[in-house]
Amino acid sequence: MQKQSKFQLVIIFLSGVALLFIIAPMFGLMFSSSLSQLTETVADKEVQNSILLTLTTAFFATLVFSIAGIPLAYILARKEFPGKRLVSGIIDLPVVIPHTAAGIAILGVISRNSVLGKTAGAIGLDLVGNPVGISIAMAFVSVPFLLNAARDGFVSVPVRLEKTALNLGASPLRVFFTISLPLASRNIVSGAIMMFARGMSEFGAVVIVAYHPMITPIMIYERFGAFGLKYAQPVAVIFVSVSLIFFIVLRMITDRKTD
Amino acid sequence: MLKLENISLNFDEFSLKKISFTVVGGEYFVILGKSGAGKSLILEIVAGLVKPDKGKIILSGKDITNVAIQKRQVGIVFQDYAIFPHLSVKENICYPLKANKIPKHKREIIVMDLAKKMGISKLLHRKPSTLSGGELQRVALARTLTLNPKCLLLDEPLSSLDVQLRNEMRDVLRKLNKEGLTIIHVTHDYQEAVALAQKVGIIHNGSIIQTGTLKEVFHTPKSKFVANLTGIRNFYKADIVSNKKIFLENKVEISTLPIIGSSKEGFVFFRSEDVVISCDKIDSSLTNSFPGTILNIIPTISGIEIVVDAGIIISSYITEQSVKKLNLTEGKKVWVSFKAVAVRFIGR
Repeated sequence: MQKQSKFQLVIIFLSGVALLFIIAPMFGLMFSSSLSQLTETVADKEVQNSILLTLTTAFFATLVFSIAGIPLAYILARKEFPGKRLVSGIIDLPVVIPHTAAGIAILGVISRNSVLGKTAGAIGLDLVGNPVGISIAMAFVSVPFLLNAARDGFVSVPVRLEKTALNLGASPLRVFFTISLPLASRNIVSGAIMMFARGMSEFGAVVIVAYHPMITPIMIYERFGAFGLKYAQPVAVIFVSVSLIFFIVLRMITDRKTD
Repeated sequence: MLKLENISLNFDEFSLKKISFTVVGGEYFVILGKSGAGKSLILEIVAGLVKPDKGKIILSGKDITNVAIQKRQVGIVFQDYAIFPHLSVKENICYPLKANKIPKHKREIIVMDLAKKMGISKLLHRKPSTLSGGELQRVALARTLTLNPKCLLLDEPLSSLDVQLRNEMRDVLRKLNKEGLTIIHVTHDYQEAVALAQKVGIIHNGSIIQTGTLKEVFHTPKSKFVANLTGIRNFYKADIVSNKKIFLENKVEISTLPIIGSSKEGFVFFRSEDVVISCDKIDSSLTNSFPGTILNIIPTISGIEIVVDAGIIISSYITEQSVKKLNLTEGKKVWVSFKAVAVRFIGR
């Protein structure tokens, strides 16, 4: 009994250390700036635009790649094909490579000399230094979160339910939209929120593709480099707060829906 | 009419071998077999969920072997019901109607009608997670019946229900069949077959080893497996000694009615209900009488089963009163007797 309680104490202590490791810097950051500094920063048009740009680029990256990625996740969950393991490995690649290297890779694909760059150029769009390029860079590093979550979601839907729906006269397309997708939606939404979050916080890949217009992680870095810690802290506090509010609201909406 | 012709399907560790049977319109056909025999797989093949390697499925004169699942007009109710968990009971029943683009006002009428018939009218707005097994099964059945399938396939429909619900569901199934619905029902329980089937198919290791009416299969089982599955305990390898004498398992000689046919060997079986237990040898018309020792006394739903070692193992069903009256206990010496007319011989 005593042994067990000692063991529990050790567990609680180590858990506390791990939690403190995450909370302490955040807590420190939150109280690093005075109220006047914060209000001044909130009123700063440059900061406002940067946060808005970060949110919208991450949002569009998530939206566009959700539409394109969900069918791939479904195929990975349901079909057996040669090279399936390789495809699954490729999906995880952006997570394991350095993000600056990912940025370089993206730049190669969207630069003015590339096929995609030339095509975009033909309609007057320069992807480098453009919100579209930022979205692409964000999506590249964050899409594995969505794909893996969606695949797990589809795997968790019993095949029998899909076959029952087919037996009841539904077309495969109808079965996908009325059975598979709704039943996997919790995982898909979780994955999309993670993708959005990861996209928003991306620095390494985006800084290579577009230093300007400036997303907030780059702005924090720039202010830190040019003016020092005190100038970077208020922007960081506001960005972290906006992110937190966003996630809490998103989680609340999706939890209510799935309940 | 549904006809399966030489349906074969090979997996690494299991295969269905040349499954053939015919179910005429309006018939109640029960496929009886142990778990893992391939019963459910046959249903899935008929429904189109699994493609056979070889063979044909003919429904109402049309080859449906390669017809898409959603166009077969064959309804299946799975053992786990497969109710869509994110839809209400009403939405579940409406699902096939919406998928087949039935107008809304007609949908309402069909759903209300079927809900009434299945006794689930009060459950229509409930979520599946709040329903009992019996209720879920009725929902699954109602959902499948919305499209008037030509053939209804039921996978172990009674196995997870308690006794009362099982009886209720049997009544529902009998009623549906009486209304003209062709039903194929797979089960491991021969009592379900007795209760519902007009025809029975026995499946073992991926092969249908016997089909026929209940009487044909239960009274003339073609193998020991069928005899055991149908609950017949006294089943022995037999060698003919003379026209009226048979040697069982090379151990015991019994008398029978005159044997017709030219077989020299085969199987003998007789029902446990036809075996009489007595403490002493009795002078009666029972021509077969053997001394033995009680090995086991087992209570069953058909009475008390007395298992006696009389050179061969013989089982008898008697009442609890008789057990008390004769003071039967395990190890007691008794006599087992049965008439020659109770003995059935199947030549090989």
